[in-house]
Amino acid sequence: MEIKDDNISAMCRPAIGEAGRTGDWRDSTPVIDPAKCIASLKNRPACYLCWLYCPEGVVITGNPIRIDLDYCKGCGICAEECPARAIAMVMHEEAKNE
Amino acid sequence: MSEVKILTGNQAAAAAVKLCKVQVISAYPITPSTSLTETLAEWIERGELKAEYVRVESEHSVMTVCVAAATVGARVFTSTSSHGLLYMHEQLHWAAGSRLPIVTCVVNRGVGAPWSIFNDQQDSIAQRDTGWIQLYCRDNQEIIDTVIQAYRIAEQAYCPVMVCYDGFVLSHTMMPVEIPDAEKVNAFLPPYKPHTFLSPEEPRNINPVIFPSQRRDDLGILRDGYMEFRWKLQNALEGAREIIVAANREYAESFGRDHGGMLWSYKTDDAEVCIVGMGSLASEATAAADLLREGGIRAGVVGIRAYRPFPRQEVREVLKKAPAIVIFEKNVSYGYEGALSADLKAALYGTGIDAPVHNYIAGLGGRDVKAAELAEAVRASLADIASGTRERQTWLNCVTE
Ligand code: SF4
Ligand code: SF4
Repeated sequence: MEIKDDNISAMCRPAIGEAGRTGDWRDSTPVIDPAKCIASLKNRPACYLCWLYCPEGVVITGNPIRIDLDYCKGCGICAEECPARAIAMVMHEEAKNE
Repeated sequence: MSEVKILTGNQAAAAAVKLCKVQVISAYPITPSTSLTETLAEWIERGELKAEYVRVESEHSVMTVCVAAATVGARVFTSTSSHGLLYMHEQLHWAAGSRLPIVTCVVNRGVGAPWSIFNDQQDSIAQRDTGWIQLYCRDNQEIIDTVIQAYRIAEQAYCPVMVCYDGFVLSHTMMPVEIPDAEKVNAFLPPYKPHTFLSPEEPRNINPVIFPSQRRDDLGILRDGYMEFRWKLQNALEGAREIIVAANREYAESFGRDHGGMLWSYKTDDAEVCIVGMGSLASEATAAADLLREGGIRAGVVGIRAYRPFPRQEVREVLKKAPAIVIFEKNVSYGYEGALSADLKAALYGTGIDAPVHNYIAGLGGRDVKAAELAEAVRASLADIASGTRERQTWLNCVTE
């Protein structure tokens, strides 16, 4: 897969990133492990500290919890705050291969 | 058909812009460049030039308009001087970083404080490291020819070009200028083909945040990191040498005037001292060389036409036999010496050319520089060199005591 962009000025395509969409400029992606997440383990609305601290408000409560990756900026605050260490920040490319 | 007219430097530049079929002009008036864009505005108003004239509130916005217009594929022009150019500084980086072939005339003028409207080259020298090609003209004929060549160079190298010429000394001084034939200019200068074209059909983000390293985007395409973009710009300027030389050669073939590509020289073959300068000062130095030759000193002149990219190879070639070098320049890199002097010495380092180099800062803020004064300074330098002074920085005609 050796596709290289030879453009001489910086461009990205298609136009993503409008209206706060982070698109492809997020460096790392939060990945939740339900086997560790308190809400999942207890099978009820519990903890949700990730939802509380996410500065973009993109954590969707529920069981299991989800993250709207269109708008997640990859800051890793959710992973920092998670008391169960259930969130891992995974580098962009690997996260996409999952 | 070409015709000869008596024109000021600014009128000559305007005539070139018209011949180049420029589509967008944005400018903010600043002395001594004002009469250039006034002429263009008048032609647009009368319908003689089919271009869009965008009036804005500052030079910063001027370059922003030029960047935007060039991004959508227009051939654009602006001109400025002194503080206007300094005010544009940030946008100069954007133009070069976006690799847009914008041509700007810089009608050189000193910078404040204190206020001066008169000529020196501190303004454009201060923009040396913005990624723009810089060409310096010695007379009004060279101005018209260089603006035409500048579009060709810019559009082949995908780098913006500054065409610099001395304020008042050239911008407001009349001399006979041959205006090239429009058909021949069209043949020399094909329409601008943009490397990117913004359109609603194919939306793109231009100049988004670039990360330190290369990375793949959503489509799996490997995008450059910041350093790769910087390297490409550096490479483009280094590569522009050949384009500048070729543009000059082909221009000479079709219009019969050769301005020397990267640099020009005058009576350097047998010279025992080479005077080096840029713009009208180098032109004045040829009169000084004649005076010196009358007095039995074999002097020659090297006029630097392209200051960026710097004519590294060319100066080594032309100065390889020179026993002494005297540089006159209208700028100073404060805390060091004249910018040209520093660059020239760097180009000679390690090449075995070991001539003493004397540097004179001259004509700042419009102070008159006469050929006889240049000749006198060269004579003084030669006497000093004979008694062993290899390096010297002097301010010509500056009362320091
Ligand atoms: S990485 Fe940041 S933006 Fe994304 S979900 Fe976690 S806290 Fe929210
Ligand atoms: S903070 Fe951690 S444990 Fe709590 S809900 Fe979020 S992922 Fe689950």
